[in-house]
Amino acid sequence: MYDAIKLTYNVSGDDFTRAGEASSDVKGKLKKMNVPPDAVRKVAISMYEGEINMVIHADGGQITVEITKDCITMILADKGPGIKDIDQAMQAGFSTAPDNIRTLGFGAGMGLPNMKKYSDEMKIETEIGVGTTVTMKVFI
Amino acid sequence: MTVKELIDNNIFELVNNGGNGDTVITKPFACDLLSFAMSKASADCAWFTVMGNMNTIAVSVLADCACIILCEGAELDEPGMAKATQQNVTVFKTDEPIFEAALKLYNLL
Repeated sequence: MYDAIKLTYNVSGDDFTRAGEASSDVKGKLKKMNVPPDAVRKVAISMYEGEINMVIHADGGQITVEITKDCITMILADKGPGIKDIDQAMQAGFSTAPDNIRTLGFGAGMGLPNMKKYSDEMKIETEIGVGTTVTMKVFI
Repeated sequence: MTVKELIDNNIFELVNNGGNGDTVITKPFACDLLSFAMSKASADCAWFTVMGNMNTIAVSVLADCACIILCEGAELDEPGMAKATQQNVTVFKTDEPIFEAALKLYNLL
């Protein structure tokens, strides 16, 4: 068993060379802590999607991950443009990603739906022109 | 079939050896959209795709794929290659279309 751990990552905007690094790091740490593989996978998927969203839409931001013995909480905060219509953004297939993102294999409109699907709890706080904070929890 | 057996089989050209030769390939998986691959690829699958960039490598690592097979003559770009080396991801390439390539592996499993 382990004490509560808090990790913080800065995500660079528009930098695909580093996109996914935070998620990979968290995944590696969770594996070392012997967190069950199913929970590790859920964290890896939901956090990677959030990380990519920050790179594509929000010029980066900050991710805080809190790990306790029964829950992993991911807080993804950005100072991006905000989400105009959350219901629409949550629809599978809806995307505002530009074409150059699609050529990289993203922009399928599955980011937020995947985040919701693979986290046990998800909360979105957003304000146009101010930013978005997504909080996701995965229970162990 | 292990990753090493697939390397030795020479049906696909090895681009990067991730050093995970002992991994047993569970099944082929074909998809080019990374978010779909992220959520649908099962652990230790062989992932067939035409997307040869660093994000493919990142998704492969996060989804625990056994290896990636780039199809239709798609190449792994330079940043992708660097990431594959750094993250120890085994990558192959082939000129064959995705379906034919995946079927070839399927018949070997």
